[in-house]
Amino acid sequence: MMRRFWPMFRKEFIQMRRDRLTLMIMVGLPVIQLLMFGYAIQTDVRHVPTVVLDESRTPESRDLIAAFENTGNFRIVDHVNGRPALDRAIAQGDAQAGIVVPYDYARLLGRGTTATVQVIVDAADPLASQATISAAASVAEVRNLLILARQAGRASLPLEARVRPRYNPGLRSPNYIVPGLVGVILTITMVLVTAMAIVRERERGTLEQLIVTPITKTELMLGKIAPYVGVGLIQMTAVLVLGRYVFDVPLTGNVLLLYLIALIFVVASLSFGLFVSTLVRTQQQAMQLSFFFVLPNILLSGFMFPRQAMPQLFQWVGLLLPLTHFLKVLRGILLKGVGLEALWREVAVLAGFAIVMIVLSVQRFRKTLD
Amino acid sequence: MSEAAVETHDLTRRFGSVTAVEKLTLRIEPGEVFGLLGPNGSGKTTTIRMLCGLLEPSLGGASVAGIDVTAAPERIKQRIGYMSQRFGLYEDLTVAENLDFYAGIYGLTGAARRERLREVIEFIGLGTRLGQLAAELSGGWKQRLALGCALLHRPPVLFLDEPTAGVDPAARRNFWRAIHELARRGTTVLVTTHYMDEAERCGRLAMLSGGHLIALGTPAEVAAQVGGATLEDAFIILQERDER
Repeated sequence: MMRRFWPMFRKEFIQMRRDRLTLMIMVGLPVIQLLMFGYAIQTDVRHVPTVVLDESRTPESRDLIAAFENTGNFRIVDHVNGRPALDRAIAQGDAQAGIVVPYDYARLLGRGTTATVQVIVDAADPLASQATISAAASVAEVRNLLILARQAGRASLPLEARVRPRYNPGLRSPNYIVPGLVGVILTITMVLVTAMAIVRERERGTLEQLIVTPITKTELMLGKIAPYVGVGLIQMTAVLVLGRYVFDVPLTGNVLLLYLIALIFVVASLSFGLFVSTLVRTQQQAMQLSFFFVLPNILLSGFMFPRQAMPQLFQWVGLLLPLTHFLKVLRGILLKGVGLEALWREVAVLAGFAIVMIVLSVQRFRKTLD
Repeated sequence: MSEAAVETHDLTRRFGSVTAVEKLTLRIEPGEVFGLLGPNGSGKTTTIRMLCGLLEPSLGGASVAGIDVTAAPERIKQRIGYMSQRFGLYEDLTVAENLDFYAGIYGLTGAARRERLREVIEFIGLGTRLGQLAAELSGGWKQRLALGCALLHRPPVLFLDEPTAGVDPAARRNFWRAIHELARRGTTVLVTTHYMDEAERCGRLAMLSGGHLIALGTPAEVAAQVGGATLEDAFIILQERDER
């Protein structure tokens, strides 16, 4: 059994090595994607351009505006003289926030009644405006506490919640995105590459010659995907190394364990590609179907959008994707440093997926031309 | 009577409502060079594909080298060599890599594998081109390489589907020399063609038209059965009948 696996593996390996363009894409893609996602995608929005309308023009109002600027969320770009000018600046996009301090601000503050300050935020993009809105709220809150504490004659506050953002204390998005990116890149290339590999043989007419030989379906399919396991692990290494040295993403846990589980994930993705190849007749169809599969992987796996926020149905759909489980493994090992005791369920699901897909592919593949 | 190399009875294949081959009954003896002759669409390729286990017969059956096609299509594959109409080898591999790959696929190992590769390379005369990519070979050399790959496991039966399409006359003559040499050594060869000079070189012919067997026998007998003075006349008569 399986003695024809090696010739198949060697042939596939030689062809892969000779196809320079595909090889460059497979190695270049992770690097480009990493730089793109790592630099471009920042969900923590800071230094929002802000215009100020200070009607009060008092030391108190200047003090308040300085407090806004000191949060780091607001970057004062202009002072304007009237409400229309402020609205125009935000409408035109010159500024994404406006701070209005009314003329009676200092007076109300001194009298002990509620002084108001208005913060206008361009919330067309909810993700971008979120940080700005909460920063504005906290400016007022911090000042309230100081004033109230002083009036109550207390040197310290009665209650303090000590929040410890564990595993990613700086709340940096690269720490979250880069591990996920390992999984996304593997999904895209592994599924696509294998889906194309078998269909290409069919289109070029080499499959016809191959299936009149005694090679078994299992030997053919495993020999076909095996060389790409190596490609997948190289891609993963490239992303992890760049992530570590360019984006300071920690490698907290057992990297060997990560590679072992990644191996299972790569086989799962490759075997899904095989399955795709048994459903289509042309390389173009293979590509379309692969992308059709990649999209839900990016949207529903928890790579960019939190799964907890999704409706239950889509959470269930997400559970069917191997990437969802592999992301837990990646973040678990890289950020939390947990081991197999916390991840065995994910490993079991990935292994199950790989086995089911290989069995389905071998069953669906026909060594005939009809 | 000894066992036939290829035997079919009522072999039939339909594609939807179209019948490509209808109730074909043939018997080919070991060591014969047997030609399947007929215009395009007459069912030659479909017949060969059924005999190789690439297509399942809709009705009827066949046996090749004593093995039943429908019952054991995979067992047949170790005992046949096949060359498809279109070049079916890897153009991005060299001549040597293609041969080596198929030697491995046919389960040859060790010294036996080296010895057999040496024999086949000598037989097809590709010794000086081993390092060349298959894509760079001319049509004639590609056919020889394909023949070489189909011969590695010493199959008793060889199926050649229009092996000389697009090959220059000198290369065709060499190719046919090789085929007769193989037959002399005991290999049964079933070849499809629509070149008349090639059909004349077959020991026996089966003429197909619209999936039916029209004539069977030596080239002269086939011509007479269809009603032409020569094989070429017979072929033209058939083609005109088909077009009507």
